[in-house]
Amino acid sequence: MSEHTQQPDSDQQPDLVQQPDRGRRDFLATAAGLATAAVAPGVVLHTAAVAAPRTTPVTDIKRWGMLIDTAKCADGCTACVDACDHENGLDLQETPEGIKPLKWDNQRATWIRKVKLRDNLTGRMTNLPLMCQHCENPPCVDVCPTGASFKRADGIVMVDRHTCIGCRYCMMACPYKARSFIHEQVVQKLTRAPRGKGCVESCNLCVHRLDNGESSTACADACQEVGHAAILFGDLNDPHGALREALRQVNSRQIRQDLELNTGVRYAGI
Amino acid sequence: MRRIVYREWRIESSRYWSLLAILAGVIAIGGLAALYMEHEGHWVTGMTNSVVWGAPHVFAVFLIVSASGALNVASIGTVFDKSFYKPLGRLSGLLAAALLVGGLLVLVLDLGRPDRLAVAMTTYNFSSIFAWNIFLYTGFVAIVIAYLWTMADRKGDPYKKPVGTFAFLWRLALTTGTGSIFGFLVGREAYDTAVLAPMFVVMSFAYGLAIYILVLMYSFAQDDRPIGALMLKRLKNLLGLFVAGVLYFTLIYHLTRLYGAQTQSIEHFLLVSGGIYTLVFWLGWMMIGSLLPLGIIYHPRHSKNPRAIALASALVIIGGLAAMYVIIIGSQAYPQEMFPGMSVVEFGAPGDIGGAVAPYWPSLPELLLGIGGVAVALLITTVGIRVLQFLPESLADRAVDPHVAAAESRQQ
Ligand code: SF4
Ligand code: SF4
Repeated sequence: MSEHTQQPDSDQQPDLVQQPDRGRRDFLATAAGLATAAVAPGVVLHTAAVAAPRTTPVTDIKRWGMLIDTAKCADGCTACVDACDHENGLDLQETPEGIKPLKWDNQRATWIRKVKLRDNLTGRMTNLPLMCQHCENPPCVDVCPTGASFKRADGIVMVDRHTCIGCRYCMMACPYKARSFIHEQVVQKLTRAPRGKGCVESCNLCVHRLDNGESSTACADACQEVGHAAILFGDLNDPHGALREALRQVNSRQIRQDLELNTGVRYAGI
Repeated sequence: MRRIVYREWRIESSRYWSLLAILAGVIAIGGLAALYMEHEGHWVTGMTNSVVWGAPHVFAVFLIVSASGALNVASIGTVFDKSFYKPLGRLSGLLAAALLVGGLLVLVLDLGRPDRLAVAMTTYNFSSIFAWNIFLYTGFVAIVIAYLWTMADRKGDPYKKPVGTFAFLWRLALTTGTGSIFGFLVGREAYDTAVLAPMFVVMSFAYGLAIYILVLMYSFAQDDRPIGALMLKRLKNLLGLFVAGVLYFTLIYHLTRLYGAQTQSIEHFLLVSGGIYTLVFWLGWMMIGSLLPLGIIYHPRHSKNPRAIALASALVIIGGLAAMYVIIIGSQAYPQEMFPGMSVVEFGAPGDIGGAVAPYWPSLPELLLGIGGVAVALLITTVGIRVLQFLPESLADRAVDPHVAAAESRQQ
């Protein structure tokens, strides 16, 4: 069961036969309020994000991806990281009492990181954001014993927190260190990015936004806002879309191209 | 050859119960450690997002691998028809099942969500080697129990060979599967090689036999049952062969890695510059776990001394744990290589390890959980040999070797 056609948390069965006109649409803003009805204490609500859970299945019409232009990624800028932290409640993580700060840094969840590289030959410095690469052939999904790690039809790789048993095998398998294990008790979390002790998580391309009909991620927006525009988010399947257009124009490659994972995130200038 | 008589372990009650009490105490402490980690979360362990499998995995994998090797003694008797080993078969089966249960328990209790075990038992992803292993492990216990029945019950006798052969093949699959957990991880420099699977098979032979020898010698000594020099000689020679086999595979493993340009730096890390991992490799795995026991086993004088043989077995076990430590933890501590030709200057937030060697130090609860697993295996074995007829009454030379028996009767 490597491909779910639906959001894992939803048990609504879409009925394509009865709703032919809805079938191809990617979102519907119908069930607003329903999702906000039962909210546990301590859960921070962001109404905009939970307003409209999708009611139609995810299709493979789109495949979400990114092109990151490392030439534009500025040294010292952490706009994307900060935006991701805020968007997905990573800034709500609480430091367990009595832990050494360095150890906590190595334990807390990180979805996107700012990586700085030096070319061994030329000494040239390169900056880039690194997150889950949303592999088309994801090793994390292959190894997950319960199928909790899964790839949606639109290419997003994520973890079903209800079936994850916390074995961390996916973390062993991911070539990009993209995943984080929740080592500590979780007090505060967002409904759109549920977080539970003992489960694994990673970048999900702001799936809640996409399922609500938005067409970009928090990191891409933030990068744009601070004026760098190093992250271009879009649909890899759309031959005339901006993403494919950009990919045609620049030389891009995958990190660990040799593994032939056909990642959804591509980099220019590395 | 005389018929082999099996008897329950008949040490004094007081000694038996105090042994059980000690083991139960160790298990309770291990259980509390697991509870503590489960309650607090894994932040109390030394594990991080870089080193995600810690000391519990070292113990669990070691026990599981040894379980498969412990059954080897029975296989030699049944599958390869070596009558000399037949009296050893029952204990071998019991120990195999016990070690596996101990190892699995550690594995399960180290999960982030051990309460979701039912999920793991009902939801499968068949492309995952881990999921296969769940079947391989549970199947193993079932088959070993069946195998024990064929050995113990007269009615089971005709099935002994087919069931034994099946158990043998299953066991090979199991160790191959365990080795493959690591062997198929393409993203990690240390693992991406097919050599790991056969290497794990040979390791299982060595570690399983070492544990077997120790348990056999201890239980016989406590109950004043004799083990003849012939039997000990055979067992220690077999151990020597397996330890040499591990050494050979270790050599092949590192040579293939050194040959590949991509993997040279991880080799440099493990063999030269890896600090604690280099130390554990050379001192633990090579010296204590391989060369020293080989020296004892093939020493003209010491090799005849039962104490020396017991020491060699203990050293092999220590070496096995060291090997697992290097394989499992050293390979995670080494930074994953993502950018060939570049050096990682920063990798996320300060302290967020990725470009540098990740720190890991096992915490006490992790170690206690692992030791608890060992105690579970020993407890099962202790109870088993006490209440059922697992141990032969004698392994004296004349009881196990028809030639010795014949020679003795001629003398009389
Ligand atoms: S980058 Fe890692 S976590 Fe993301 S899909 Fe690929 S293997 Fe899975
Ligand atoms: S930690 Fe969770 S998502 Fe990862 S492999 Fe295990 S069950 Fe699957």
